[in-house]
Amino acid sequence: MSLLFILFFPLVIGAILLVAKPKQAFAISLIASIIELVATVLVLQDAAAAENGLVFTKPWIEEAGISFSLWVDGVNGILIALCALMVPFIVATTANSDKANNSQYQGLMLAMQTALMGAFLAKDAFLFYFFFEASLLPIYFLAAIYGGENKNAITFKFFVYTLFGSLFLLIGLIYVYLVTPGSHSSDIETLYQTAIMLPEHIQGNLFLAFFIAFAIKMPIFPFHTWQPDTYTVAPTQATMLLSGIMLKMGTYGLIRLVLPMFPLGIITWGNTATILSVIGIIYGSVIAIQQKDAKRLLAYSSFAHVGLMSAGILSQSLEGIQGALYQMLSHGINIVGLFFIIEIIERRTKSREIAQMGGITQYSYVLTVAFVILSLGSVALPLTNGFIGEFLLLKSVFDHDMILGIVASITIILGAVYTLRLIQKTMFGNFSRITKDFEDLSSAEKWVLIPLCALVIGGGVYPTWILNLTEPGVQALVSLLK
Amino acid sequence: MTAIIALSLFGISNLFLGFWFPRKTIQLITLLFLVVSMALTVSDWNHELLWFGNMFRTTNTSINFSLIIQLAAFFVVAFSKAFGQDDEHTHPAEYYAIMLFSVVGAILMVSFDHMIVLFVGLEILSVAMYVLTGSDKRNLRSNEAAIKYFLMGSFTTGILLFGITLVYGATRSFYISNIGTILTSTAPESMPSFLFIGVLLIIVGLLFKVSAAPFHFWTPDVYEGAPTIFTMFMSTIVKTASFAALFHLVSGIFGSLYTIWVLPVYFISMLTLVVGNISAVYQQSVKRMLAFSSISHAGYLLLTVSSKQISTTSSILYYSLSYTLATVVAFAVLILVSEYQSARVEKPENFSSFEGLAKNNPGLALCFSISMLSLAGIPLTAGFWGKFFIFSDTFSRNIIYPVILAILMSAVGIYYYFKGIIAVYLKAGEIEKIEVPALFKIALWTCTLGTIILGIYPSLVKSVF
Repeated sequence: MSLLFILFFPLVIGAILLVAKPKQAFAISLIASIIELVATVLVLQDAAAAENGLVFTKPWIEEAGISFSLWVDGVNGILIALCALMVPFIVATTANSDKANNSQYQGLMLAMQTALMGAFLAKDAFLFYFFFEASLLPIYFLAAIYGGENKNAITFKFFVYTLFGSLFLLIGLIYVYLVTPGSHSSDIETLYQTAIMLPEHIQGNLFLAFFIAFAIKMPIFPFHTWQPDTYTVAPTQATMLLSGIMLKMGTYGLIRLVLPMFPLGIITWGNTATILSVIGIIYGSVIAIQQKDAKRLLAYSSFAHVGLMSAGILSQSLEGIQGALYQMLSHGINIVGLFFIIEIIERRTKSREIAQMGGITQYSYVLTVAFVILSLGSVALPLTNGFIGEFLLLKSVFDHDMILGIVASITIILGAVYTLRLIQKTMFGNFSRITKDFEDLSSAEKWVLIPLCALVIGGGVYPTWILNLTEPGVQALVSLLK
Repeated sequence: MTAIIALSLFGISNLFLGFWFPRKTIQLITLLFLVVSMALTVSDWNHELLWFGNMFRTTNTSINFSLIIQLAAFFVVAFSKAFGQDDEHTHPAEYYAIMLFSVVGAILMVSFDHMIVLFVGLEILSVAMYVLTGSDKRNLRSNEAAIKYFLMGSFTTGILLFGITLVYGATRSFYISNIGTILTSTAPESMPSFLFIGVLLIIVGLLFKVSAAPFHFWTPDVYEGAPTIFTMFMSTIVKTASFAALFHLVSGIFGSLYTIWVLPVYFISMLTLVVGNISAVYQQSVKRMLAFSSISHAGYLLLTVSSKQISTTSSILYYSLSYTLATVVAFAVLILVSEYQSARVEKPENFSSFEGLAKNNPGLALCFSISMLSLAGIPLTAGFWGKFFIFSDTFSRNIIYPVILAILMSAVGIYYYFKGIIAVYLKAGEIEKIEVPALFKIALWTCTLGTIILGIYPSLVKSVF
């Protein structure tokens, strides 16, 4: 029942916001997301205490063997935590803006949370797919209604592109589902047992179908062409949802579905996929260095980071998966913070052009410190949360393939180049025409940034409790792969 | 079975009621008639019986199809609002009566057990449709559509009749059950070759009616020219009834002859998918887009009969129901918007006349968008499960490539359905609040809610089918 609550609570509040259009949309949305966070923490505690995690099952389409089943274990616990943790921050970033009391905007964000939670919680493959696709609707409307220049064409491309990708997933899922014995079942664990028995060439094809779907979602080179435009044109909160949480559906799908289902497929295609991921790391970083628009720069940095996660996951090692899970959490925190900082600057200067900035530190000391901390987390400096994940990921890629590991490691240098350049050009130096008399942070903005910075450092200093939390689940998964 | 007698009587009494009652009353009475006939249809549930000298068989499948047809007719009647408001439609009772008669024809087509009943049913349905298509007497397009539909329709009837004759010549029987026994008990080599031609001609005749490519050329013009309310009728009832008849034949008596028809149907289904979806992309008019979308949906349905093993009826029924619910809503909103825009813009049925609908008519915009999402097969709507069941069902019968093509084509579909959503929500335009009659509103929301409920909990009806 508690699983049902954390799944549907945001949707219920979101629906109320959409239908009743109350005046205090911001307060309702913020309180609801905090209640959701508390409830999720309680659920995760229960799950950690229970031996095999929590499971909830109800028949859904009984005659087809499709059930409405949810679970929490070590693997998805961290993603549920991420989703519940970030949404209050994302809602809080709207404070005092024109979107704060826009009930439609807030309602869509909460509806999005349910879709994301559903994808992470689902224990039934079709339920996963259902939420995986349903999540496109709220985010599409968020981006398309509130987006910037040329939004119609860009968000439409995003929608069609990602939906097109998930259709491959649907084909693959239906195929495996039809192989399951008896009157078929789409329970994920049943699918594991069925899929590993399939012959190699079929597993190879299925791996491709699944990988393309997830690669478009993440995105992985060369399926990334929708991403920079969409991230740039979408309103900041939608971008945060997209990069902070939604892209993790792709990496989660790799861990949850692809690894355990197609071990033989990975033998055939795994290297290709890893190479594509590593190309994405370098490609994203190099392009990020040249960006003039700060939001676009972050979009490419996100593209580079997710490439490393995917490469780590495909190494199929304990470190790789653990690192990827940890990095999903850290990346979510860092990227939401960074996008928020760009939004703060844009609100005051009406611009995102890096070249036009400079000298903001003279006016806002706190903003600079927060920016530096979040960036260092993103660059993966030791003692920040990014370091733990990135270290584990790089180690796994190294163990998997020395050369790829070396190439992937360049990301640390390139990441430092574009991130530090961004800080330097915006925060330091002489102030420009538009950054002159930059207004200091409001308390609402501080309330978002300071906790995020605390999480960055906290995650870097004391990662063990999260790693311990995920280890049994990941261990079980890895032993399944052997 | 009593339903068809009742409906015929209701149709006749409707003609007389027109002398005394105004349009609104007749509309309500017709709705009542349809509810009664649905109840009568349900009363045959689980009684597999033969009627009228063994020419008419009620099975649970045929009852389900008849219910979908009557439900569609119910909504079409509920959405009819213009009759009797201008001098052209001064006799609304006749239109309602003709609709009831054509529903009788449709029901005959889904429950025939005799070839002549199939033919008679098809004719009752079609002749009524020719009249209704041309009912906008002073509109040149409507007249053109009626003539076109009539010519193509009679041509089709000819083909079908020719096919029936040849099959009769080979088997010496019109009874489905007799034909079935003869076909299964005789070796294919010893059958006359004109039997095979007959079977193919019957199938082609029905494919004309479901507007499968390459027999689809009449569809866009007829759909566009006919008054929108009858386009709604055509795209739901005629399609469902003809497909049900086709399904009844190929899953039943022609099953043993699958070598003849399976390959043509296999390619026709793929061709229909491609033609329907690709052509829909280029349409500027919502009505024409919906016409091509109905062609593409025929393609999805044909997937279910494109192999030796036939799909389970439940996925076909589910698909028909979800398609019907979404299509009536799309046409209903089109009726309102084009009526509002007809005095303001040159082409009231284009996407451009939907621009900015959401601003002052959020309810209509939401209903329209949900119906588009359902037709596109996006989760949370019935259309998703409709497609899902069809695809998994077809996949399980080892038809791999057409399903992959169908999935790719449904990605193409998203493009043109989303044109509607984009126009409604994202484009700027000035549409004032459109007055919606109460009955119209209730019907609109019933269909929309139905689409969502079936999208969230498909078992609700899937377990019945």
